[in-house]
Amino acid sequence: MMHLKETELCLGLPGGGGHNQEEPLKITGKRGFSETTHLKLNFVQPNESSSSSSDVSKDTTTTLYVKSPPAKAQVVGWPPVRNHRKNVIGGKRKTEEARLVKVSMDGAPYLRKVDLKMYKSYQQLSDALANMFCSFTTGNDGRQGMMTELMKESRLMDLLNSSEYVPSYEDKDGDWMLVGDVPWQMFVDSCKRLRIMKGSDAIGLAPRAMEKCRNS
Amino acid sequence: MSEDDGGCGGAGKSRNSGEYFTPYPDQVLENVLENVLVFLKSRRDRNAVSLVCKSWYRAEAYTRSDLFIGNCYAVAPRRVTDRFKRVRSVSVKGKPRFADFSLLPPDWGAHFRPWVSAMATAYRALEKIYLKRMSITDDDLAVIAHSFPNFKELVLVCCEDFGTSGLAVVVSECRSLRVLELIEDDVSDDEVDWISCFPPEGTTNLESLSFDCVESPINFEALERLVARSPLLKKLRLNRHVSIGQLQRLIFRSPQLTHLGTGSFAPLEIAGQQQVDNREPDYGSAFAACRSIVCLSGFREISPEHLPAIFPVSANLTSLNLSYANIDADQLRPVIRHCHKLQVFWALDSICDEGLQMVADSCKDLRELRIFPIDGSENIEGPVSEVGLLAISIGCRKLQSVLYFCQQMTNAAVIAMSKNCPDLVVFRLCIIDRYRPDHVTGEPMDEGFGAIVKNCKKLTRLAVSGLLTDRAFSYIGQYGKLVRTLSVAFNGESDIGLKYILEGCTNLQKLEIRDSPFGDSALWSGLHHFYNMRFVWMSSCRVTRQGCTNVARQLPRLVVEVFRGDGVEGGERGDFMDTLYMYRSLDGPRTDAPQFVKIL
Repeated sequence: MMHLKETELCLGLPGGGGHNQEEPLKITGKRGFSETTHLKLNFVQPNESSSSSSDVSKDTTTTLYVKSPPAKAQVVGWPPVRNHRKNVIGGKRKTEEARLVKVSMDGAPYLRKVDLKMYKSYQQLSDALANMFCSFTTGNDGRQGMMTELMKESRLMDLLNSSEYVPSYEDKDGDWMLVGDVPWQMFVDSCKRLRIMKGSDAIGLAPRAMEKCRNS
Repeated sequence: MSEDDGGCGGAGKSRNSGEYFTPYPDQVLENVLENVLVFLKSRRDRNAVSLVCKSWYRAEAYTRSDLFIGNCYAVAPRRVTDRFKRVRSVSVKGKPRFADFSLLPPDWGAHFRPWVSAMATAYRALEKIYLKRMSITDDDLAVIAHSFPNFKELVLVCCEDFGTSGLAVVVSECRSLRVLELIEDDVSDDEVDWISCFPPEGTTNLESLSFDCVESPINFEALERLVARSPLLKKLRLNRHVSIGQLQRLIFRSPQLTHLGTGSFAPLEIAGQQQVDNREPDYGSAFAACRSIVCLSGFREISPEHLPAIFPVSANLTSLNLSYANIDADQLRPVIRHCHKLQVFWALDSICDEGLQMVADSCKDLRELRIFPIDGSENIEGPVSEVGLLAISIGCRKLQSVLYFCQQMTNAAVIAMSKNCPDLVVFRLCIIDRYRPDHVTGEPMDEGFGAIVKNCKKLTRLAVSGLLTDRAFSYIGQYGKLVRTLSVAFNGESDIGLKYILEGCTNLQKLEIRDSPFGDSALWSGLHHFYNMRFVWMSSCRVTRQGCTNVARQLPRLVVEVFRGDGVEGGERGDFMDTLYMYRSLDGPRTDAPQFVKIL
């Protein structure tokens, strides 16, 4: 763990700024604390009033808090959860973390959350979503199969102009896509949020989806 | 009481023939004292008694039956067995707690071997052993099995270096075994069917059997037979290799159970596929037959749709541990709203603030709450927050112990908890996103923790997190007079913080600090107090080799260990000691330290 220095992310300042040349300065990991404060002060100094306020707290005595970039290097033993508990949570999914995404449905009063890792196919996901939101669809016959039908690629275009519900998702690039376009695992990896929208609102989605697939 | 040696060593041996035996006066008093002292159980009271005078010291030593060793290196086994002669129960604690988080390299120590060797000859009547964070081998288990004919209870918590072969020896040879509890141990799978090694005939004396941490499969038929002939069994905690169908069979065999760890709580997998059984048995009927269950845990691989099976017992529950169950608020609701007697609740943060509100609404008698994180990443949107903590504080006024993992928190919520729950004894808040201030005001979390130490007058254990300045530590030093255990991680501003702690917290026993800017001058300010403490741990702080050496020289009975958390020899990382671990000892530095540990 301690030998992954090269792969760890850090705030690299030109010319360093810390005392040690042997290791790159980084916010995470076992560094003496003053190295990091020194680093932050250097960072802010050139432009005190700069709007890096989103990154650095306004504490006037010391700039202690730096909101870390999303892919922070792993710190040993943090958070303080016993290894035993870490290994066992999720049972079969020992080395994977939950993929919780929010699900909203147009017209429904509140959000739900699903863990995408609980499902192995679009079929399973659609069943779960149907169960979740069953009280909010306007009495459609054959509602059970509705979601499944929607997710079959061949029917997607047909439904876009209807008032039926269409499941869409926001991917990691921030684009809204139609659910069902990509292989299941790719969907799980890239889905950040789900939204079940009215079909008529989803018209603009399809062309982008196809374009993305061509480009990726 | 006189210190005269008139009665010293006097066993009333001088007897004139033909006369009645008249023991020396001190001997009478000693006998009386012994008869009184057998009723004294508290070790703190006993320690006080032993300090009165030599006679009382002897009487106390003669009558102490429960031994508690808080740090296995604080005293040598021989010294203990020389002083206390009639011990029936021994508790020994070994490694410092940060070992749980991979901060202590393997093979650091805490071996049970020297203890069991000394006790094998000295304490033939030993009945109970309780170990926490010790290294115990199969050979040690064999010594236990062979040396103590009346052995009744073995409880191992967070221990390692043994396996199912050692368990087999214990269960086959300890004929009076009542209690075997394995809690969060690392048990190696030697592919030994230890469950079958219980004596095959007749009823057992088993009252408690816990093996939920044993990762190897067990012989279910043997377990079922064992449970069927254990009429006294009250506590049974299964591992995740027991399916819900098997659980049901066991419960039917043992309706007198009070404490149940449910194992996987999922159906058996056949050939890698989920068994889809349209006529699933009614698992609820098994629980309905167990009217005495008050404590439920397990749920290792729960299929949430099976959770309703526990409805029949939920109204009786005083303790519910769902901390391995990834369930949401909707799945929790039907269970928790019946749990009016619940005093202990452990769960994952998957239940969200919404779930915590439900707990607050239903569990008015709650004493202990622990919320663990599913996802330990930082800088994500967490499912629980100050909203949940506030709800709990409003609904559960009798709360005594809190462990709460979250991504964000506010001072206001912590202050509210300090006022709403004045009985708090343990407050451990872990804001996973390090250095995070109050996310609403942007202020450090000083005022929140300050309110906790100020308003919770019974507080003995505190763990802090988030962005903290020296002020937070000044509050803790000023108001935390009863605090015995303090955990600090990625906090603090300067040496003054630690000085406040060491000078202010007069009852501090256990101090564990990591990644905080405390250095030599702060360490020096604790000299007056280190002999009163069980240990001090400082890793990735700013103490130097010289600073640690100075302390070691000033305090000859303090064992000052330095090492690197990655096990590389040397101890330093950059300019500072990587890890400092120090503790008092009556018998000098230990002789079993590995290469990477340097004792200054």
